[in-house]
This record gives sequence, C-alpha cells and structure tokens, in this order.
Amino acid sequence: MANPEATTLKPEPRQTQPGPEKIHTWPHLVAKEFLCALLFLVVILLYSYYVDAPLRELANPGEPENPAKAPWYFLGLQEELVYFDPWFAGVVLPSLIIIGLMFIPYIDFNHKGNGYYTFGERKFAVTTFSFGFLLWYVLIIMGVYCRGPFWAWFWPWEKWTLAFPTPPPLWSLPAPVGVLLLLAYFGLGTWLPARRWKDFYQQLGPVKYGVTMFLLLTMIGTILKMGLRLGFSIKYVLQTPWFNI
Amino acid sequence: MLPDLKEIGDKITQNNIWKSIFRHGYEDTPRNRMLQILGNVWLHIHPTTVTKGSINISFTWCLGGLTFFVFLFETLTGVLLMFYYTPDVNRAYADMLDLSNNAIPLGRLLRNTHRWAGHAMVITVCFHMLRVFLTGSYKAPRQFNWVLGVILLVLTLLLSFTGYLLPWDQLGYWAITVGTNMAGATPFAGYQGPFAELFGFTIDNDIRFGLLGGTSIQAPALLRAYVWHCIGLPAMAGGLMILHFWRIRKDGFSGRL
Repeated sequence: MANPEATTLKPEPRQTQPGPEKIHTWPHLVAKEFLCALLFLVVILLYSYYVDAPLRELANPGEPENPAKAPWYFLGLQEELVYFDPWFAGVVLPSLIIIGLMFIPYIDFNHKGNGYYTFGERKFAVTTFSFGFLLWYVLIIMGVYCRGPFWAWFWPWEKWTLAFPTPPPLWSLPAPVGVLLLLAYFGLGTWLPARRWKDFYQQLGPVKYGVTMFLLLTMIGTILKMGLRLGFSIKYVLQTPWFNI
Repeated sequence: MLPDLKEIGDKITQNNIWKSIFRHGYEDTPRNRMLQILGNVWLHIHPTTVTKGSINISFTWCLGGLTFFVFLFETLTGVLLMFYYTPDVNRAYADMLDLSNNAIPLGRLLRNTHRWAGHAMVITVCFHMLRVFLTGSYKAPRQFNWVLGVILLVLTLLLSFTGYLLPWDQLGYWAITVGTNMAGATPFAGYQGPFAELFGFTIDNDIRFGLLGGTSIQAPALLRAYVWHCIGLPAMAGGLMILHFWRIRKDGFSGRL
C-alpha cells in the first residue's frame, strides 16, 4: 500500500541557481579521452617500432655491472647514497617523501587555490612542491647521465675511463659538534621562521607547523649535506656507534 | 560522377539484416547523451554532465585518464607476454631473445611497447601528481583521494621495479641488486641497518630475505618478482584505482566553477 502522506506531498520546486555551465560528458569528455588514448597509442607504437627495449647479456651473479644502476626513477635515491648511508638514502628518505606527500592535504591550511592554477595565492606551497619535484628529477638526471664506473662523475660527453683522479679523503665532524649542529639546524630552523612569519605559525598551530618544518628542513638539509660533502669533503655530520648521518 | 552517399547509406541500413542487428538508430538528444553514459558499463564511471572548465585539456592534460589507459594497455600486453615468458632462470633470458628476435610473431613490438609504456606510466603518474598539486585539487573535500593517489604512485614504481628483473639480463639483475640491498639497510628490520641486532635480524631472516626468498637474487627472487608483477601489485593497484575513481565522483570534480 502506498503511503497516503507521500502522495499528498508536493515535490519541492527544483533549485535553479545559475550554476557553472554544464556540458554532456558524451560526447565532449569521452571524445577527448578517446583522442588522448589514440594519440598515446600512436606515439608508443611508433617509438617502440624504432627504439628497442634494452636487453644486455644473460644475468651473471659473478660479474657485477660497473656502474650498477637502479631503474631510472630510483636514481635520485641512488645518487643520495653518495652523501648518506643506505639506511637513510634508501629507506628513511623515500619513506619520509611518501609520508610527507600524504600529509600535504592535512597540513595545507590555505583554502584558496582549490581547483585552478595559481601561484600568487599559494606562493609557499607551490614553491616548495615544485622545488622538491625539480630536485627529484635533477638528481635522476645526474644519476642517469653523469655517473660512470664506481659512480664517478662524468659529463655526458666525456668518455668513461677508470683513470679518474682519486677523490680527496673524507672526514667527519666530532660527535658533540654534530649533535649541536643538527640540534641548531632543526631547532633554529623551526623557531626562527615561526618568529618571522607569525601568521603562518598561528594559522598552522604547533603540530602542523612542526610537521611542515620538519619535512621542509629535511629536504633542505639533504641538499646542504650534499654541499658539505662536495665542498668540504665531510662524510658524516653526526657519527655514532649505531648510525651515521 | 560522385556516388550518392545517402542512397548507399540507405541501401546498407534499410534492410532486414541490418535492422535485425541494430534495432534503431542513434538520435542525438540530451536524454540519449545521458543514457550513453548511464547505460554503458565502461563509461558509467563518468557523471552524465560535467562543468565546462573541468574538462579543459589545459586543466587536466588528461594525465590521470592517460595513466589509467596505460595501465590497461600494460595489462593487455602483459597478459600476452605471459603466454611466451617463463619465470625460470634457465628459460627467462632465452624467452626474451625469442621475443626480441621476432621468433614469436610481433614479439619485438610486444616487448618494446610493454617496456616503454611502463616507463611512460611512471612519467604520466608523476606529472598527474604535479598537476593535481598545482591546481590545488587535493584540498577539501578531496584530501583522502590524494593519499590514495600517493599509494598508487608507489605501486606504479613497484610495478615497474618488479618488471625490471624479469628479463634476467645483467641490466635488470644488478639494478634489482642495488634496489633490494636498500631493504637490507632498513633500520631495525634489515641485516645491515642500524639496530638490526635488537630483534635478531640477520642476512637469512630480514626484510630483504623476505623480498628475495633467499640471501641473493636467484630463482626464488625471479619467481617472486614475477608473481608480484603479474598478480599481487596489479590486483592492489586495480582495487585502489576503483576506490580512487569512485572518490572522484563522490568528492566532486575540481576545476574552477
């Protein structure tokens, strides 16, 4: 039995506000998707017709490749192996990148710039992310094109040889200095911007601000460590019996 | 004299055989346009109408859709390759040679497209992420879909990485050696990592051992890479993609209104 009340209810007049212009998905969006897919197919088939996928000799566990390079998208991390121990370059750093990426929507308090390209309304966010994105690819390019045998530096136009000069000896900072330096870097790096940009700090609150600055300082610190290594031959900033940074 | 196209068209469509296959023509009405989306199993992940701004090529660059298409393309070429490839250290490399030398019809093209499209997928997924960031499309209410996207990015890298070993050549073998050695350096859980001794991790029971199925890259590692590459990771990525697309519908398209 039909509910008698329901039949007496009149449908509410439909809200007709002047919304954004709507168009039909079929054919407008579907056609674009189809063309994109078609274009991709043409490009990939042509490229694959002319360029063969690499295939070297049969795998031989007794004969290491020199240099042995990871797939290109991991070469940024492999490049970081020059400056950090594997536990950091190969595990902690990529984990921080992944976790940091996931945190982005939850630490970005800026409601502007939702759904359109803008730089002016989100200067900090766009600058930081673009810089990190660029850094990832610069390191990859270094790893793919500029690293030769024993991971020595060769420009792309140079011939790989084994007669490269011996790199200068490395040294590490004494442990107390290292501890102080790291504390000062992360401490001041967190405290000073909070004083300088009070609005930024207040809008984020201490937790989100702390997370943001930790991620930012880790990214910048990675580059600083590269500079210390390349410019001053410093192997470790902090040396402990358990781990080194 | 030019043939009368309308007459030819009528001859083809105005007969009993044609009409037995196609019951009626397609009338381009708003109702039919919506039904095309609603009534089609492949298209119904779309809304029936979209705002004009959200489908500008210069807004999305089609990067997300393209990534999905490449995934489908990889699935198709991957399944075809599975007919000709055996994940056995004594046969894998020979199978690659057979493909490359076209001992299998179109083998070279099949392998090349699978390989290059795999690289292309890593690139499109990275630039999709950059696009979503630059348009602020991860902002409320789409925060969680960004998180799903990050997981899908990682899965894409792992899919490509596990495929790298399968040719069983020097390139893949040593690239995977470098990559999996990193797992051995995991703090607490890798035999070479800091604090490994705390939980008694050694070379034959740590996280790297679990990935390789041994202390070095041998037959078990090849089989593991193969199973992860063909079943484990695609299943996970496929499941998360369903969630990712569903959330786009539920959270709404971004794009200037």
